[in-house]
Amino acid sequence: MATENKNGGRPDVDIATLRHSAREGNTPRFWRGLDELAGTPEFRDHAENEFPHGANDPNATLDRRELLKVMAASAAFAGLTGCTKLPTQTIVPYVREPEQIIPGKPLFYATAVTLGGVATGVLVESHMSRPTKVEGNPDHPGSLGASDSFAQASILGLYDPDRSRAEVHDGRIGSWPEFQTELTAALAAAKITGGSGLRLLTQTITSASLAAQIRKFLKAFPSAKWHQYESVGRDNVREGARIAFGEYVNAVYRLNRVEVVLTLDSDFLTSGPGSVRYAREFAAKRRVDGAESIMNRLYAVECTPTNTGAMADHRLRMRASEIESFARALAREIGVSAAAGPGSSSSAPAEWIAAVARDLKQHAGASLIVAGDQQPPVVHALAHAINQKLGNFDKTVYFTQPIEESPIHQWESMGELAADIRAGKVTTILILGGNPAYDAPVDLGLRELLPKVKFSARLGMHEDETSVLCHWHIPQAHSLESWGDARAYDGTITVMQPLIAPLYEGKSEHDFLAALNGQAEKPSHDIVREFWLAQKTGIPRFDAFWEKTLRDGVMAGTAFPAKQVSLKLGIGEQPPAARPQGLEIVFRPDPTIWDGRFANNGWLQELPKPLTKLTWDNVAMLSPKMAQRLGLKSEDAIELKYEGRTIVAPAWVMPGHADESVTVFLGYGRTRAGNVGSSAGFDAGWIRPYATPWIGAGLEIRKTHQKWALAATQTHNSMEGRDLVRVATLDEYHKNPKFAQADVVKNPLSLYPEVKYEGYSWGMAVDLNACTGCGSCVVACQAENNIAVVGKKEVMIGREMHWIRIDRYFEGDLDDPKTYHEPVVCMHCEDAPCEVVCPVMATVHSPEGLNEMIYNRCVGTRYCSNNCPYKVRRFNFRLYSDWDTPSLFGMRNPNVSVRSRGVMEKCSYCVQRINAVKIEAEKQDRSVRDGEIVTACQQSCPSEAIVFGNINDPNSRVSKMKAKNLNYSLLEELNTRPRTTYQARLRNPNPEIEKAAAV
Amino acid sequence: MAQIFHHSTNTIARVSIYGAVLLLLLLGYTVDVVNNSSYVTEVHNARPQPVPFSHKHHVGELGLDCRYCHASVEVSSSAGMPPTQTCMTCHSQIWTGAAMLEPVRASYRDSVPISWTRVNAVPDFVYFNHSIHVAKGVGCTTCHGPIAEMNITWRQESLYMRWCLECHNAPENYLRPRSEVFNSFYRAPKNQQELGLRLMKEYKVQKLTNCTTCHR
Repeated sequence: MATENKNGGRPDVDIATLRHSAREGNTPRFWRGLDELAGTPEFRDHAENEFPHGANDPNATLDRRELLKVMAASAAFAGLTGCTKLPTQTIVPYVREPEQIIPGKPLFYATAVTLGGVATGVLVESHMSRPTKVEGNPDHPGSLGASDSFAQASILGLYDPDRSRAEVHDGRIGSWPEFQTELTAALAAAKITGGSGLRLLTQTITSASLAAQIRKFLKAFPSAKWHQYESVGRDNVREGARIAFGEYVNAVYRLNRVEVVLTLDSDFLTSGPGSVRYAREFAAKRRVDGAESIMNRLYAVECTPTNTGAMADHRLRMRASEIESFARALAREIGVSAAAGPGSSSSAPAEWIAAVARDLKQHAGASLIVAGDQQPPVVHALAHAINQKLGNFDKTVYFTQPIEESPIHQWESMGELAADIRAGKVTTILILGGNPAYDAPVDLGLRELLPKVKFSARLGMHEDETSVLCHWHIPQAHSLESWGDARAYDGTITVMQPLIAPLYEGKSEHDFLAALNGQAEKPSHDIVREFWLAQKTGIPRFDAFWEKTLRDGVMAGTAFPAKQVSLKLGIGEQPPAARPQGLEIVFRPDPTIWDGRFANNGWLQELPKPLTKLTWDNVAMLSPKMAQRLGLKSEDAIELKYEGRTIVAPAWVMPGHADESVTVFLGYGRTRAGNVGSSAGFDAGWIRPYATPWIGAGLEIRKTHQKWALAATQTHNSMEGRDLVRVATLDEYHKNPKFAQADVVKNPLSLYPEVKYEGYSWGMAVDLNACTGCGSCVVACQAENNIAVVGKKEVMIGREMHWIRIDRYFEGDLDDPKTYHEPVVCMHCEDAPCEVVCPVMATVHSPEGLNEMIYNRCVGTRYCSNNCPYKVRRFNFRLYSDWDTPSLFGMRNPNVSVRSRGVMEKCSYCVQRINAVKIEAEKQDRSVRDGEIVTACQQSCPSEAIVFGNINDPNSRVSKMKAKNLNYSLLEELNTRPRTTYQARLRNPNPEIEKAAAV
Repeated sequence: MAQIFHHSTNTIARVSIYGAVLLLLLLGYTVDVVNNSSYVTEVHNARPQPVPFSHKHHVGELGLDCRYCHASVEVSSSAGMPPTQTCMTCHSQIWTGAAMLEPVRASYRDSVPISWTRVNAVPDFVYFNHSIHVAKGVGCTTCHGPIAEMNITWRQESLYMRWCLECHNAPENYLRPRSEVFNSFYRAPKNQQELGLRLMKEYKVQKLTNCTTCHR
């Protein structure tokens, strides 16, 4: 989808010139993108004009006469708005009221959201049986009350208007009974051969009850085969464990005991099993208070910049294929025997490795090496070996039996399946979930092979790329509509309960398997319950146990115990294979769309990707140096040729990316994702062959002369290089604990009278030291506050509606900058510049210090937003909220107005939650307790970076945070006196390395 | 040069200028009158219901407590509408054959809910909470009027914001002891001011007039 460069294209950023001006010291210390560094006209445009392309439709013109007419009409009609008569409404009470349901009071049910089979426990808010919001489950070990952006967005997945609503048989509407008849016939035919032509393809399964059903099916058809496949799988992790220990085991980390972490291309803080918990434990070890405090230290060696790399105290950028050499060198340094690889010196300076090794050894038993999912198995094996050598086993990492029900090499499983179809061995294929026609390795040719199977059926949420190639498509029930169970990263089981009956009569995987096993009439609830009844025979009162399991969202005592493992000898002794030459290509799951399964989720599409701040597109990411060499700029459409296949992709120059390496992100270029996701981005899977799922070499790049306009928010809402992020090293902090408050104005003068707050006075503190920039809060806010999705075009002109944005700043070297994240919400300024300019009093101050926004007063002058120095106000330029799609009505939070066109909106500190808690407290004749009011962003934050509360109470958590000497306000010199304040970021560099770098 | 305009033009000009002003005032007045008329506010407009339920009979004559049917009024924002089951607690025993009650029996029999016409409603951007008002000593009849006298229920007050603010600005004029909140025959005592001020203190009643109290 390359387009000619009009106004969306980024103007030229000449990297050579940039380097020059950086040397001269003409660039700001913190910068948000190359545009800002270069001060391009486009960046100036975004910085100087709030809405760079004008508030109005650029095509609309208005002459004086028209204007007067419109004004007169507006004046005349203004008075009439009061005349609307409320329409006659009806009240429809229950016939028999269900227990527990009280109109106006939400209920919370515990269930789980899975990604790659791994469960994160959640509590789902239900208004009169209508799920509206997902929150983390504090009792669940993988959640601890927080959740990631995928879990937050799952609620939109449920109400997605593009979900399939009917059985489809060869392009016509079919029915479930009809399908069952055909299925029975197909199975009867297969029975004769014991099911030798029968194939079942699922995604990763951690559900014991589902696996039991599958095993029952395989027992009936002994020659049938069960394949599992995920295009973003964890094969390398599993294989690595097999190399190291001779068996598949599951590694569980205890970040709360770790002082020094080294990641080898791993983004363990924001993706992968247990990441939500790991982020919390990691952040807890970085909380600093007082001069004596210490912090943990994170080293990251990575190719593609990740959130984890941005948190690192030392980040070493390195081509993904060189990381193996690094791991080998480090292993030797630690004392694990490992053969040197070709070019083993890699690009890592020897003293760097030595310093890291020393640091790790000093913290033996309190250190940890984590290898990334995309790294080859041997790197994982080496990481295990190093961990063992450092005495970390059973201290910072322990092993359990695999959480997958059948841990296999999925990539090979898919290869085998394709080979079988090609050989004509497959007569019936049943595909449960997934989307192999889109994401299977391209050279397996599944798209051509699938139609060759005599009987094929697919259970899927959307009638997508795979469904259209199958004879039957069966609509799948969303996980919030079905019974099931799943394991967390440590094995803990959650029994998943439905929040709502299937909206489109979808079938769950359990239902489908039941049909295969001839139990089509059996409700999936009974299947799951009976399975666990049979498992838990020792329990005297199963009913009570079952109720408790459902209520708590965890089955007590099901976390796997630590398992004794014995490391094999000589893991790294085999010399590595020669590294193929040529330009490197790295495939990564997209940070917000993952493998493409969330492509039709508007919240995740519009969630700016943490490091690039891109929305609605994936890119081919390369380093500034490489871009300079090739003469490429961001948004150049480039042709990527790999293994004989070519694809056009937009280039993105990413500071911090390894040189001579290109990262492409999976999950885009869907053709049948739905109205939201189809045709966004390019399909990186098209150049991803079976042989190299993650890291390949020999990529060719050809420049086309076209541009590919991208919607990046990195320069939007700029606060123009003022001292917004404050950073120091731990040492500097110890020397000068008040560095963050250096420019505090003492006793600032104000023209406004001082307001005294009696009772409550709300405030927020954001800990930059904890924020990983994952974006969970952005989606949580969107779900809680009914925030609209605007689409790529509108994002390009700066009209995204998120109430909370995460600014990402770079510092230092163009090629290898440090990266910081800073979430920005409304500051609820004491002397708010927005309030004084509103001509209709639509934004006013509350007696509890909130800066209130009243939609029904707002006439849309946008003066407030113009006057806001923090750029946190959002204007509905168009009717962004969907008022027409019925399936979305159910999703909305009934306690927040759905905004219409022409209205300003912004963060309200979740005033609906404040009011609800206050009312309860008032009724009990007590004051609100600290921690009782939890804003949506705070609730979802995995690392507890956001704290909200009453700043009039000196003992509240938020007051204590604000009392720290790390506390500072944004743009303090403006004397707006924000209620949202920040805790400065601290780095804990290794003095040895820092010194070497300084020389 | 001859005059362009005739003498009478002066009059026409005067009439049209003053006329326009008058017309505007009149228009404004009309809008106000219409807005406050029961045509728009539905005040005192008894609305037809699928079953002619009489509050007068049930509350005034039989003395049912409000909370028997509006069960969630003390705990939730919504006062709650009784499920058919609640009607049938009595009407499965008395008036079992009454033709008037056939829709109720049908609803119970066929599990089809009764669709009542809403009498009291505020716009969607207003978030009203019953439970806190009840807890602070605002009686049911303060807003809902002499419910014990209504055969067919009507809206007693406009529910306009200025009406809400009458009480939010001066709660002492309306509060009653918590024990009297559900008393449908309550009459304000002569010393209402005094009582109101005392109750305000006792119940910690605040004068909440900031916008997000109701709008968000």
